[in-house]
Amino acid sequence: MSSFEHPLLDDDAGPLVRPYTVSNGRTAPTAKLDLLSLVRSTGQLRPSQLEAEHAEALLLCREPISVAEVSAHLRLPAMVIKVLLSDLVDVGAIIAQAPDPAVDTTDQTVLEALLNGLQRRL
Amino acid sequence: MAYNGDSDHSPAQQSRMPTPIKLLVAGGFGVGKTTFVGSVSEIEPLSTEETITAASIGTDDLTGVGDKVTTTVALDFGRITLDPQHILYLFGTPGQDRFWFMWNELSDGAFGAVVLADTRRLEDCFPALDFFERRGTQFIVAVNEFDTGFHYEPEEVRAALDLKPNIPIVCCDARDPRSATLVLVTLTKHLMSAAASSVR
Repeated sequence: MSSFEHPLLDDDAGPLVRPYTVSNGRTAPTAKLDLLSLVRSTGQLRPSQLEAEHAEALLLCREPISVAEVSAHLRLPAMVIKVLLSDLVDVGAIIAQAPDPAVDTTDQTVLEALLNGLQRRL
Repeated sequence: MAYNGDSDHSPAQQSRMPTPIKLLVAGGFGVGKTTFVGSVSEIEPLSTEETITAASIGTDDLTGVGDKVTTTVALDFGRITLDPQHILYLFGTPGQDRFWFMWNELSDGAFGAVVLADTRRLEDCFPALDFFERRGTQFIVAVNEFDTGFHYEPEEVRAALDLKPNIPIVCCDARDPRSATLVLVTLTKHLMSAAASSVR
């Protein structure tokens, strides 16, 4: 339709590798990961020691980052990213922390941190 | 960007991961949820696809075991680093009704929600209000003021939505980072007073 005005760029054409190829067809991560699980590199492995997608994921984990963010940055479905990240957990390259299921959403200390952090942005 | 391959993280450091704080932005389709999330986020608005297994549409919640279907839902979200120990994640709830089941999962562990309303189609936010009221999730209502919409006073909106007097209603421009951030400040203050008044 509009392909003449907007030629198909890489992003539009979609990934060249099918998402689940990256995870070797696996859809079940070994570690329990949630969209809001935070992951961070342990520094035990260098990205150069890993395959491309794992290395890219590891590079994103230098600072604590959520599974959802890794998924968005690498443009891969969350389920694929969970498999990749659980591989990295298994080899000790990253640590993961699932959100606390019993989180106290009325915790005044956390709410104050939220308020202060937001007000600093005004 | 030098990568330090040496293990220089002490175990104590490793155990100190920040606390993620989840807030939701809900409302009808096209009300400006993605815009809102994008304007407050410190990173470009991000999107992820999550695979959800849910009871198939039409199966009542209470029946427990219904037919299970697997669906992929696209989710918009944003991030605000509040301080070294707290990260705010703002998730837009899927606007289409057929993704209602996603709301349960998203609401788990959420501190609160902003229900965005469009005065031209107020009824579109009813499902979100009902959902959060039933679930006991604290929320506020933010009227996203579209240029073409008629301006209503918050109290008129309150009457139209039949909202309890303690639930804040604010007007905002979802495109404006400051305006959207102020909505989140109002929500947070509401959460603090709700927490203080609830005896736990």
